[in-house]
Amino acid sequence: MSVPSPNDDDSYGRRRPRKTVLLRGVRPLGGEKVDVLLRDGLIAELGPDLAVDLAANDVEVIDGHTASGSAILLPAFVDLHTHLREPGREDTETIASGSAAAALGGFGCVHAMANTTPVADNAEIVEQVARLGRRAGLVDVRPVGAVSKGLAGEELAEIGNMARSAAAVRVFSDDGRCVSDARLMRRALEYLKPFDGVLAQHAQDPRLADSGACAHEGELSGKLGLPGWPAVAEESIIARDVMLAEHTSSRLHVCHVSTGGSVEVIRWAKSRGIEVTAEVTPHHLLLTCDLIAGYDPLFKVNPPLRPAADVEALRAGLADGTIDAVATDHAPHAAQDKDHAFADAAFGMLGLQTAVGVLIESMIKTGQLDWAGLADRMSVRPARIGRVSGHGRPIAIGEPANLTLIDPDASWSVVPEALASLSTNTPYAGRTLTGAVRATFLRGQATVRAGALVPAAEDQAVLA
Amino acid sequence: MTSHLLSAGDLSAEHALTILDSAEQMYAIQSRPIKKLPTLRGRTVVNLFFEDSTRTRSSFEIAGKWLSADVINISAKGSSVSKGESLRDTALTVAAMGVDALVVRHASSGAVQRITEWVDCHVINAGDGTHEHPTQALLDAFALRRRIGDLTGKHVVIVGDLTHSRVARSNVLLLNTLGARVTLVAPPTLMPAAVHTWECATSWDLDEVLSGKAAGDVDAVMTLRVQRERMSGGYFPTEREYAISYGLSPRRLSMLSEDAPVLHPGPMNRGLEISSAAADGPRSLVLDQVKAGVAVRMSVLYHLLAGAQPAPVLEEAAGL
Repeated sequence: MSVPSPNDDDSYGRRRPRKTVLLRGVRPLGGEKVDVLLRDGLIAELGPDLAVDLAANDVEVIDGHTASGSAILLPAFVDLHTHLREPGREDTETIASGSAAAALGGFGCVHAMANTTPVADNAEIVEQVARLGRRAGLVDVRPVGAVSKGLAGEELAEIGNMARSAAAVRVFSDDGRCVSDARLMRRALEYLKPFDGVLAQHAQDPRLADSGACAHEGELSGKLGLPGWPAVAEESIIARDVMLAEHTSSRLHVCHVSTGGSVEVIRWAKSRGIEVTAEVTPHHLLLTCDLIAGYDPLFKVNPPLRPAADVEALRAGLADGTIDAVATDHAPHAAQDKDHAFADAAFGMLGLQTAVGVLIESMIKTGQLDWAGLADRMSVRPARIGRVSGHGRPIAIGEPANLTLIDPDASWSVVPEALASLSTNTPYAGRTLTGAVRATFLRGQATVRAGALVPAAEDQAVLA
Repeated sequence: MTSHLLSAGDLSAEHALTILDSAEQMYAIQSRPIKKLPTLRGRTVVNLFFEDSTRTRSSFEIAGKWLSADVINISAKGSSVSKGESLRDTALTVAAMGVDALVVRHASSGAVQRITEWVDCHVINAGDGTHEHPTQALLDAFALRRRIGDLTGKHVVIVGDLTHSRVARSNVLLLNTLGARVTLVAPPTLMPAAVHTWECATSWDLDEVLSGKAAGDVDAVMTLRVQRERMSGGYFPTEREYAISYGLSPRRLSMLSEDAPVLHPGPMNRGLEISSAAADGPRSLVLDQVKAGVAVRMSVLYHLLAGAQPAPVLEEAAGL
């Protein structure tokens, strides 16, 4: 069976002819200061004080000097969990606007979740999403295919057709809904094996936490009178799924792990040799459930924000590698879908542009991850899980130049309207985050420069 | 007093007692041939009900009318989410008509608090989801005080579907503020999450609580409505078993001291959570609660809308 590789589509690429870029005085993975030359989409040279004939080669120079030292060079981030809302809710986000937010957040690749309208459960939709991603040209948009037709949890979606399509889907998820039926889950895990696919499960037993469940079940849900979403509704599904993954020898990925108990189950499963990976969102690493005390739906998200003890356990799990990846679960919503009572408002929050700042606050400043660790969890491992070639690679000569440059000390205030997303539902409004994305490179070309988007028209090649 | 009444927990003992004391004066008016006071003449009160509730709406309506406010009822059931209008738009639309106070009932917890973020007028919570119903707690306290006097040190038992009860939440808060002791009784499936963090005792065994360690330990019993649909949710097996385990039967009445009253916020499921002997007997405060409801809501409207004006008003009433 011939399975096309997702990234041999350079014929679609924008930004040709390609500029050569020289990064002066940057610190790869937070290490020693070097110069890095990007040419023909690759890291061409790397070393201290590179001698480059600037005049001869039309070289764009980006200075890594920052107010307090040098910028950090990391592999561009890979998001396994992004809602781009197109097709269907283009009033809240488009593939273009979401790609812009991603690039500004330091991402080089995002996985577009399948819960669009219509649902991405067939080859035509995933190819359309991939095509629109290439047209936007800011990040590699990898469509996620639905596990079940219409996300209904009853019959398998056309997993093979999506995998063999030009979009080369590798990640399958009914995200937003749990594949709760054990038999369907088993069949899906088995069926996607020939395609080297992974099933990304939204772990929520609908019998323990139905669609109305909206607050961590605990002291606050009891006092606020909000329908509780108990930790066990997540943990019991993960426990079942890791055993199914073992039984089928398939790849399972657990979306947005939110509880300490889930971390324990995954840790145990990995120790047993089960092929399971997991992600955590930035918001679950920083925010706690007491934020919902005022019933503000900006803090309504699925799974819900949890108590501080869970946040600590998630940080520890990410630090020790039990949790493999950070994934944003970027979920734009229109104001009118949030201007309701808490229980009636939409679930979800923006995440792409604030991710690295939140990770710096929750993991770097706390000493639980260094820059190499951050790169591992935000780029290397997610790329591996999603089978994304060309991303999450070492910063070394000959590697693809998919990179992001971070000023680790620059602080900025989150202004919802100033974000690139078409929606404003960020839970960090008014917060000051440390760590700003100065530049992002996709195959050697800047998508973000000086903290601002590089307009696509500037050097965009004719689209295929 | 603050400009809204959202939670019984927002009331200090002083505030609560002020409302209850003023309600005594309002209560006296209810027995007069002419019941209207001019206090809120020219003020507009809107009952904005996103959920049906004949008794609460009528009670607020009568309260407003006896204070001479213009009272308008808006049934917004099925508006908002299902029709695609946001709660914000509905609230702003109603408030834009020039309303002095919104009395809001909504099926979702916290909806009333959200409305206060958008409108400038006074807002009264007439029941939000499974969160709170502060005027119910005030009227319960009022009826109780009339029957058993000062609530300081009194022991009130609340039994029923506590998970889904806004009445229970408001009562626990207010009774504590007023110095009473509360014991919540329900099967574990109907206990709120983390109820051990609440300021009250809890038990799964009604008989044990009623028999008390000391005779006369229980000063009042409040039994709450049990929705029949809870059965299909698996909260308890059958009505029969619930009635046997938690119903206020004649046998359980006999375990109470002679003067301990029985409360129920209505509407009652006779034979399920309450027997007719309890509902209709001399201990029953059920109709007193309804009467108290009007007085307490008059008092709440008065204190919110008339602000620091001198208290009512029996003199004025006499002058009418």
